Amino acid sequence: MDLRDGPEEAAFRATLRTWLAANVPAELRGLRGWTGPALALGRAWSKRLAGAGYAGLTWPKEYGGAGQPWRYQAVYLEELAKAEAPQHLGVIGLGMAGPTIIAHGRPDQKARYLAEILSADDIWCQGFSEPGSGSDLASVRTRIELVGDHFVVNGQKVWSSYAHIADRCILLGRSAVTGEKHEGLTYLVVDMKSPGVEVRPLRQITGEAEFNEIFFTDVAVPKENLLGEIGGGWRVAMTTLSHERGTFGFALAGALDVAVRKLVALARERAGADALVRDRVAREWIELQALRYTNYRALAHLERTGAPGPEGSVAKLRWSEANQRLTKLAIEIVGQESQVADGDGTAAYWRYQQLRSRGNTIEAGTSEILRNIIAERVLGLPRSR
Amino acid sequence: MDFSFSPEQDQLRAHARSFLEKRFPATRFAEIAMSEDGWDRASWPELARLGWTGASIAEAQGGAGQGFVEEAIVFEELGRALYAGPYFSTVALALPALACAPDLLAKVASGGLTATLAPDDPVRQSAGAKAKGAAVEARRAGDRWLLRGETDLVPDAGWVDAFVVEARGPDGIGLYLAERHDARPLIRVFDTVDTTRRLGRVTFDDDSARILAAPPAATAIIASTRRRALAALALEAVGVASFALALGVEHAKSRQQFGRPIGTYQAVSHKLADTYVETELARSLAYWAAWCVAEDDAQAELAAVAAKAYAAEAAVAACERAIQVHGGMGFTWDHPLHRYYKRALWIESFDRSGAAHRAEIAQALVAG
Ligand SMILES: Cc1cc2nc3c(=O)[nH]c(=O)nc-3n(C[C@H](O)[C@H](O)[C@H](O)COP(=O)(O)OP(=O)(O)OC[C@H]3O[C@@H](n4cnc5c(N)ncnc54)[C@H](O)[C@@H]3O)c2cc1C
Repeated sequence: MDLRDGPEEAAFRATLRTWLAANVPAELRGLRGWTGPALALGRAWSKRLAGAGYAGLTWPKEYGGAGQPWRYQAVYLEELAKAEAPQHLGVIGLGMAGPTIIAHGRPDQKARYLAEILSADDIWCQGFSEPGSGSDLASVRTRIELVGDHFVVNGQKVWSSYAHIADRCILLGRSAVTGEKHEGLTYLVVDMKSPGVEVRPLRQITGEAEFNEIFFTDVAVPKENLLGEIGGGWRVAMTTLSHERGTFGFALAGALDVAVRKLVALARERAGADALVRDRVAREWIELQALRYTNYRALAHLERTGAPGPEGSVAKLRWSEANQRLTKLAIEIVGQESQVADGDGTAAYWRYQQLRSRGNTIEAGTSEILRNIIAERVLGLPRSR
Repeated sequence: MDFSFSPEQDQLRAHARSFLEKRFPATRFAEIAMSEDGWDRASWPELARLGWTGASIAEAQGGAGQGFVEEAIVFEELGRALYAGPYFSTVALALPALACAPDLLAKVASGGLTATLAPDDPVRQSAGAKAKGAAVEARRAGDRWLLRGETDLVPDAGWVDAFVVEARGPDGIGLYLAERHDARPLIRVFDTVDTTRRLGRVTFDDDSARILAAPPAATAIIASTRRRALAALALEAVGVASFALALGVEHAKSRQQFGRPIGTYQAVSHKLADTYVETELARSLAYWAAWCVAEDDAQAELAAVAAKAYAAEAAVAACERAIQVHGGMGFTWDHPLHRYYKRALWIESFDRSGAAHRAEIAQALVAG
């Protein structure tokens, strides 16, 4: 047990910190979402990250990654958050689609997709949720039919982040309507520029539109875009979801670290003597440390076994609830000014963060579903359904 | 960066777990807790033989030459087994001061000396004692010292061979060792809610003592003792919480109502999931604190305070949820749960409340 950086990690961290100080565009610090003018900057920023070798740190070298152990990804995410630099625009490609392709893709698929994910030439989105299927993902109804040498896709996806800017989509759909529901699923890569794909942005609680509906009408998808087997989509989707909760915890704790620092500054400035505020600030600071060190334990587990442990669900669950409490406390401290949406000062910052935090307990698995997962898979309790 | 235990440390834990499960099964809790002594005295030489009393004591003094991380593992496992005996008092509270005297360390390592701390912390003095202004005073008498005064809420006061006393001498607070002999000093053991860790009042009436650390050095030892004690209790609390969770999960799987195991109901299973999550977070904080204490890291103080505040509350909540999940059976004297609950409450009350600890952290954050 040693919580200090080893010499190589320390060197990596120092180089990265210097690089970030010189390279993060001022316009992108504390970014709210990839909309409007931020988008063009986002592509350039992601290319810069990739050019410096910071995309795909843990990917094998043969696929253009740096082949580093997981701890480098952890340091990267921590430092990125500290610098308030935005993530690579292609988080879904890098964190979910890429690892899924590495695990289940054929050599030609790896050759075709992975380099463009790293370079941010291709932005990916995830088409899993549907109007009728959210938590119960295995019930998706988007139809996938094999007709000759290609698949035909018909249906609707919803809440799809980045779809408005995406080049490709990982899509989970139904290829068999009879039999056990998990066995009728198929996983495809869909080119978002294909005829019949229509994206309609959805405005969210904050006013911004970062997620979308996607309509598929007789979309032809080449047969070689199949990932895994026909009817084997569930297993592939599980790989995607396990990566959603892998080292992601470090990004969450990093973001929370920034939020706690801002909260402490806010409390010092505006409510320094209030004992109730102090108690709540201290609670969030403790929660942050608890998440940080839970991540380090998860990292040790990941490096030893190669597979993310249940700590990933713990981090997501607690981070989301902490972020909601913390941002709520911040708008309470700010007071009625927090209700003015104009401008981009302190009040506007917290107003946006507080509203955005409501999505945290819904996206990437609701808190209720995460508790089910912990109860059933970690504690071995009987299924509730 | 490596937040995992070594194979040797994992082995220590596995060994401790199996030893304690055999030696102190839940079926013995009531017998031990309600006995005159409140602990199984024969267990102390066994703990010494296992190398636990001397885990962090140098090999030259008969110890195992390890550190606080190894002790932390033992604390967690002792908490899980609800061990009744002065390990916390001796190893967490007394050891830093005893380290001033190599002969005493050798005695602790061999199992020949148990001790506790008689503190001079006004926060911990009961109202009565405070009104009398009765901190212990130390007065020189030749090459010995004489102690006079009264100190309250001393853990395991009735069980130990010696007291490390924070007493006021001519130059301020120093640390003294008063060994117990011929019914001196005067001890009154309180009827304590957690009968496995009883609190007592110790009254010195010109009792002879040996100085361990004079005022300036004593201050640093007292501060490091507090960090050790808080981290140790955080670990015990993690042990308590994990055992309460295990009991709750077991019951939720086996107890049937409305024709199904009660664990199928989310009102039950989500409570247990929350206990799991909080226990894991408490564990992360406690291991962090243990590492900081072992390394004398600059963050040791904050880490220990945060870990104790969080883990104590997590342990109390874990027991409360487990009691609820057990229904009427959880409310009985015969079920072991209430003993864990009472230990958790004991831990929560030690030093300061969670709210006071958070105030300490906030002071460092907001003012710092
Ligand atoms: C900001 C944001 C971004 C998103 N991005 C994407 C994306 O890029 N791609 C994508 O595919 N999806 C995305 N989603 C969708 C997200 O994964 C789903 O919203 C989520 O899985 C819940 O599904 P649902 O909305 O259909 O709610 P439902 O599943 O209908 O749930 C409604 C409520 O019922 C509860 N509930 C449901 N089942 C159970 C149960 N068994 N036990 C207890 N409670 C239950 C839920 O917890 C919730 O509180 C995003 C969502 C948000 C908010």
